[in-house]
Amino acid sequence: MRIVNLKVNGVGKTFIARPETTLLLALREQLGLTGAKRGCAQGACGSCTVLLEGEPVVSCLVPAVTVDGADIATVEGLADGPALSHVQQAFLDGFATQCGFCTPGMIMSAEALLDRNPDPTRDEVNEAISGNVCRCTGYEPIVSAILDAAVRRREGAKL
Amino acid sequence: MPRVNPIDSDYFKDERPDDKFSVIGKTVQRSDALGHVTGRTEFFEDRTFPDLAHVKIHRSAHHHARINSVDVSEALRVPGVLRVITHRDVPSNWYMVLRLIGIEPNDEPVLAEDRVLYKGEPIVAVVADSEAAALEGAARVKVDYTVLPAVLDVEAALAPDAPVIKQAGTNYFVYEGHHARRLRFGDVEQGFAQADRIFEWRYSSAPIEHAPTETTGCVVVPQSSGRLLIHSNTQAAFFTLDNTALILDRPFTDLQVKGGTVGGGFGGKVDVMVEPLACIAATLTNRPVKFVYTREEEMQVSSPRAAERIYIKDGVMNDGRIVARKVMLYVDSGAYSRHSPYGTTKACAHLPGPYTIPNVYADCHCVYTNRTPSSAMRGFGVTIADFALESQMDRIARALEMDPLQFRLKNAYRDGDLKAHRKVAEGTALIEVIQRAAALVGHELPEEYQAMSSRGAGA
Repeated sequence: MRIVNLKVNGVGKTFIARPETTLLLALREQLGLTGAKRGCAQGACGSCTVLLEGEPVVSCLVPAVTVDGADIATVEGLADGPALSHVQQAFLDGFATQCGFCTPGMIMSAEALLDRNPDPTRDEVNEAISGNVCRCTGYEPIVSAILDAAVRRREGAKL
Repeated sequence: MPRVNPIDSDYFKDERPDDKFSVIGKTVQRSDALGHVTGRTEFFEDRTFPDLAHVKIHRSAHHHARINSVDVSEALRVPGVLRVITHRDVPSNWYMVLRLIGIEPNDEPVLAEDRVLYKGEPIVAVVADSEAAALEGAARVKVDYTVLPAVLDVEAALAPDAPVIKQAGTNYFVYEGHHARRLRFGDVEQGFAQADRIFEWRYSSAPIEHAPTETTGCVVVPQSSGRLLIHSNTQAAFFTLDNTALILDRPFTDLQVKGGTVGGGFGGKVDVMVEPLACIAATLTNRPVKFVYTREEEMQVSSPRAAERIYIKDGVMNDGRIVARKVMLYVDSGAYSRHSPYGTTKACAHLPGPYTIPNVYADCHCVYTNRTPSSAMRGFGVTIADFALESQMDRIARALEMDPLQFRLKNAYRDGDLKAHRKVAEGTALIEVIQRAAALVGHELPEEYQAMSSRGAGA
């Protein structure tokens, strides 16, 4: 058992973790942030994707005690009140959700991509979400929404 | 922005004097999308409950075996294990999901008694303080088996010398006294005799797992009223409620199912796999209980789409008219019925495809084997039958050196035709769909085929 401190969506959080407590379970069960999902618990589906120091990780494979002091971003921290992030809004407008289970992980992978590459090609978007499984197989609208979000971000930045 | 294809309302306009669509043809936002993109959509596992206990299962190691003994003593010694549940703890252990619509017999145990019929069949449920303790407890259950010969092929299962694996005495579901769901129309042998050509091919498919991103699961919470509140990702809330109540031998009003939010289903979440045991565990421990499949369980033991084997024999005239069609269809139900007797009936109802054929004969078998039980998945019964039927149509067209669309148009059913099920066809649109599809891909059809109509005289 160890005390772990995290900055989650900009806010300091402290909890006690066992050695086997994953970042995913800590977020979901101890911090009440259930946006990241458990789809496979083996790093294969991407439903649990969050950003660790700005990089997308499958939080089901990250032992919480190994990331003490880290900066974590989850889907819950993207919107500013009622104002959605560009990626969220593009997913909404572009009908890029079906059952919604993969959506938070998909959005976090997209946010990370656009943070490091504001003008990705379609291939680069495919690559960025290659670890996120959508079993409703709605990949086309998802990829289009991410490209749309890139445009919105660049135009927003110009304002 | 999503592309919205404008509605073409020219077709069959006389049947709809007043086209006033308020939603069709317009973009309407999904009511749940905002929750999806913000992560606020509440899936069953997104609720947390104090003092939550967990259920894990010890499963059969064999396709077919007699159970000589079950030893749970080591499981009970695992720290954190609260209870083990065997078939003796299940008030009404034998069930059949479809009994709610009058289908018999109850052919599946919630937990195995003296036999297992498939690898992965549940034998003992372990309830523990933590998921890890439940897994450890389940792993420590010891089962002594006598392995029995397994039947793993649908046609082998129907052979006279096949071991009978089902209590009911046959390796097939009995449809009103018959070995198969049957379709008889005209005289198929006479049709073959008059045909210029005979074409016969075999089609088969493998089981297909839905693999939803969210695995099958539920949380059951005992209420102060004595009722059980079931948070479930079932696709079939009332099937789940009623079947669970029957298994628990409790009034329906004792249970409440909260569901409707499903992280991918595709038909894979219409069986009643987790709720009964979670309810029993919650009742025995008086604690909230979660039973959710691991990814391995979802892949290994959740019901897939059935494997099917389909033989189609057609008698065809040189001008392309099909005069006889005989289909022998086998659905691999796996070890238990689940929804497969219904799926097999759907397959039969779908024959002989959307074509007017004067002589039709079909036997659609729902066959039991020692494979994972199969069940619902997106158009089950129909999808694989269509694969076979339309592959058959393409192959015949090729053999006759006919255009495959013209071959279909020549045999297409039209309003007023008597179908093989002795229903008069109405509302047909196959001809118009083919004509439009041909136009969209630039596939030219001769004038006489362009002039055809579903509302014209029958074939």
